[in-house]
Amino acid sequence: MQVDRGGFRQLGWVAVLLAIIAAFTFAAAPLRAAGLEEALAHFVMDDYSEIEAGITAVAESGDPRSASLLDALQDDRLFYSAEQKKVFYKDTSGKLFDAVTAAPVADGPADIDTVGINNRLRRAIDAALGGLTLMSPDPAKRYDAAQAVFKSHEANVLPAIEAAIEKETDAGIKRVLDEARAAIILNADDADEADKLAAVAVIRARGDQDAIALLQGLPAETPPAVADAAKRAVAAISRELAVWDMAQNAWYGLSLGSVLLLAAIGLAITFGVMGVINMAHGEMVMIGAYVTFVIQELARTTYAAYPGLLEYSLVIAVPAAFIIAGLIGVLIERGIIRFLYGRPLETLLATWGLSLILQQAVRTAFGPTNREVANPSWMSGTFEVGHLNITYNRLWIICFTLAVFVALLAILRFTRLGLEMRAVTQNRTMAAAMGIRTGRIDALTFGLGSGIAGIAGVALSQIDNVSPNLGQGYIIDSFMVVVFGGVGNLWGTLVGAMTLGIANKFLEPMAGAVLGKIAILVLIILFIQKRPRGLFALKGRAVEA
Amino acid sequence: MISLFARGFDRSTAAFILVILGLAFAVPLSNLMLPPESVFYVPTYIVSLWGKYACYALLALAIDLIWGYCGILSLGHGAFFALGGYAMGMYLMRQIGTRGVYANPILPDFMVFLNWDHLPFYWWGFNWFAYAAVMVVVVPGLLAFVFGWFAFRSRVTGVYLSIITQALTFALMLGFFRNNFGFGGNNGLTDFKDILGFNVQAAGTRCVLFAITCVVLATALMLCRALVTSKFGKVLIAIRDAESRTRFLGYKVESYKLLVFTLSACIAGIAGALYVPQVGIINPSEFAPANSIEEVIWVAVGGRGTLTGAILGAVVVNYGKTYFTSGALAPYWLFVLGGLFVGVTLLLPRGIVGTVQHLWADRRQPHTPGPDPQPVGEPAPAE
Repeated sequence: MQVDRGGFRQLGWVAVLLAIIAAFTFAAAPLRAAGLEEALAHFVMDDYSEIEAGITAVAESGDPRSASLLDALQDDRLFYSAEQKKVFYKDTSGKLFDAVTAAPVADGPADIDTVGINNRLRRAIDAALGGLTLMSPDPAKRYDAAQAVFKSHEANVLPAIEAAIEKETDAGIKRVLDEARAAIILNADDADEADKLAAVAVIRARGDQDAIALLQGLPAETPPAVADAAKRAVAAISRELAVWDMAQNAWYGLSLGSVLLLAAIGLAITFGVMGVINMAHGEMVMIGAYVTFVIQELARTTYAAYPGLLEYSLVIAVPAAFIIAGLIGVLIERGIIRFLYGRPLETLLATWGLSLILQQAVRTAFGPTNREVANPSWMSGTFEVGHLNITYNRLWIICFTLAVFVALLAILRFTRLGLEMRAVTQNRTMAAAMGIRTGRIDALTFGLGSGIAGIAGVALSQIDNVSPNLGQGYIIDSFMVVVFGGVGNLWGTLVGAMTLGIANKFLEPMAGAVLGKIAILVLIILFIQKRPRGLFALKGRAVEA
Repeated sequence: MISLFARGFDRSTAAFILVILGLAFAVPLSNLMLPPESVFYVPTYIVSLWGKYACYALLALAIDLIWGYCGILSLGHGAFFALGGYAMGMYLMRQIGTRGVYANPILPDFMVFLNWDHLPFYWWGFNWFAYAAVMVVVVPGLLAFVFGWFAFRSRVTGVYLSIITQALTFALMLGFFRNNFGFGGNNGLTDFKDILGFNVQAAGTRCVLFAITCVVLATALMLCRALVTSKFGKVLIAIRDAESRTRFLGYKVESYKLLVFTLSACIAGIAGALYVPQVGIINPSEFAPANSIEEVIWVAVGGRGTLTGAILGAVVVNYGKTYFTSGALAPYWLFVLGGLFVGVTLLLPRGIVGTVQHLWADRRQPHTPGPDPQPVGEPAPAE
């Protein structure tokens, strides 16, 4: 069947694209089947260049099954029999089919053999598949295909790309298609200079690492004007990317800062009101994470009848973790800490002992290994803003942290408990003289601080391993936040956490994660020299005891 | 000098020193002289184990000196201990010479492994014992001096200081875990062969090390006792009980604190140096903040502000640790340790020795209270 190639291709693509195969006339069907059969005949030759021709022919046959056949070839699931001159394929479950008729074959011929491919052919298959899926009705597939073409920039996909550009309605995909077309033009020998310059501009607008890689890898015979433009574009993109990099670091820093804020804010409250350092604070975080785990387990097993429960188990876990960790906090205050007032260093030791006991208790109950807490679907995945990669779970945690922060501010500002807490923070003796039951305030404060730690545990279970050591990893950082931000002022904690988070993430790429951390610790030690009571120190007249 | 040491001999301290010195002679003798089947024979591993306890006791003494008498709760004393240990470990590494796996006469094995071609400058001189011995004291002392100078000058006190010391040891731990720091990364320094030409594994060497540790411990105890009973010591106690008042009375609180903090770090460094040849390894986990806090509880159990109590506490807690972690009770050790922290601070704030002393003093002179380990005055306002 000798048909004009270009014209046939156009016809074929349009045919596939419009999915009017079903509406094709009776007469057209054998024509296309013949096209596929002819194309498949190449595979029987056991010769790489023949197979390559076969790949192109299958892709151009326009048959709806060509994509799955190329897939099979890619996965070594395509077979041929030289004797019968027939091609077969196996589906993923291993059943054998005739490639032309798609009829199942009970047992293949004796001389059946895999159609062999090499790396060059793999690239050809990728390009062909890229061309095929460019027309897929699924936008995500089209997008991926266009990106694949951009990366491979195989010259033979160009007509397919151009056809796809014409048909594409989605602006985002169209842009990628344009970029793919530009990539092909830049690497083609026969395109003229004006086209190539336009292509450089398109790639320049793309402005990511891939664009840089493409522009730097132009063929040697590229005209000097184009090469020059490419060089300038690379420089411009690099500058832009540096800015985006900063933004990305700032985002990571915000994300780390919000985690630190969640972990430290409870600590800051208890330290502010009671002047005691709760070394078991990290364990409250850990308990919160385990509460999340238990609730998810319950939703998965005992209450499996309610499938929505698993998806929203976090919503249940937040109040549950608050209450459980808060109650444990009140117990600790009533049972241990209230006997140690005026002896902050002893409190530190006692709560450290408590943290060891809690850790070991959890280790005994749940085992020392990491427990898996699943991300609900509304918290997994990422999206991009410009060149910024944003994961949903981090975004949720930042929003959640801010919500907790605002709620806490409101409690302190507008409730009676908050008023009394502030009074005790500022002057315990005077507050007591005014009739505030400081003991009750202490217990409630400790409960509130622990409860917030529990909530932090729910958030951390989404981004960290849930293990008995979970809290240990955060406790020193939380202390640093409190020391840096000063106590008795939530804004100090906010600023402290965000500063440390962002500074950490900016130092990391410069000095490596560990050195960055060391630098932060050293900076805080130095900072403390300047402001021994933190950034937002409470001012008062009392001489320290 | 003699009068300084003579002052160190009150009755209970004297008894303690006699016991320590007695052990220093008796244990090595029974290990080396008695046949293994004798009832009084002490196996070599026990000698090393008790040598380890003696090092811990020395460390506890250093902590008690600043915590018990000056109110400085350092949660980073393990750092000074480990630095002293590393200084000794570096000497021992250089003594391996060509007997290492890679048989490099200059570079320790881990440097060969990391493809280093020359010895970093901070390893220079560690092939001489005298230099290493000086470094054992100088490095922790210098760090403590610089750190203390910054911290005390700007009046960082109380829990703030505790947390900052914890950050210090945490930062050092992170650093020493790095391979390119030049201290063997997470494996640390190990596989030692000789110390001053004697095999570190040999029973004789171990006995001598044990004896030396005991003698050093006894000397340090005398020195500390002399220090805290001197006029200098009275000022320290005054700082502990009412820092601002002492400052207003005209004492340079910062200088006193800095001096005693540095001295304490030096003692901790010596303890670390004696520890390393006896256990045969030093690695960055010695810097772990948890270790430093555990060291504080030894002092609390024995009785803070008693010196002898620190020694007793270190031995008792570590003996308990060995007992628990070597048997079927291992999972419960953390419960015991945690319980110790809570129980001692709540029920036995004076510690073992402090309580005994208190009761003793009460019985003899009901009207004079014994040494009170708690700061007098107002509870610290949360400021």
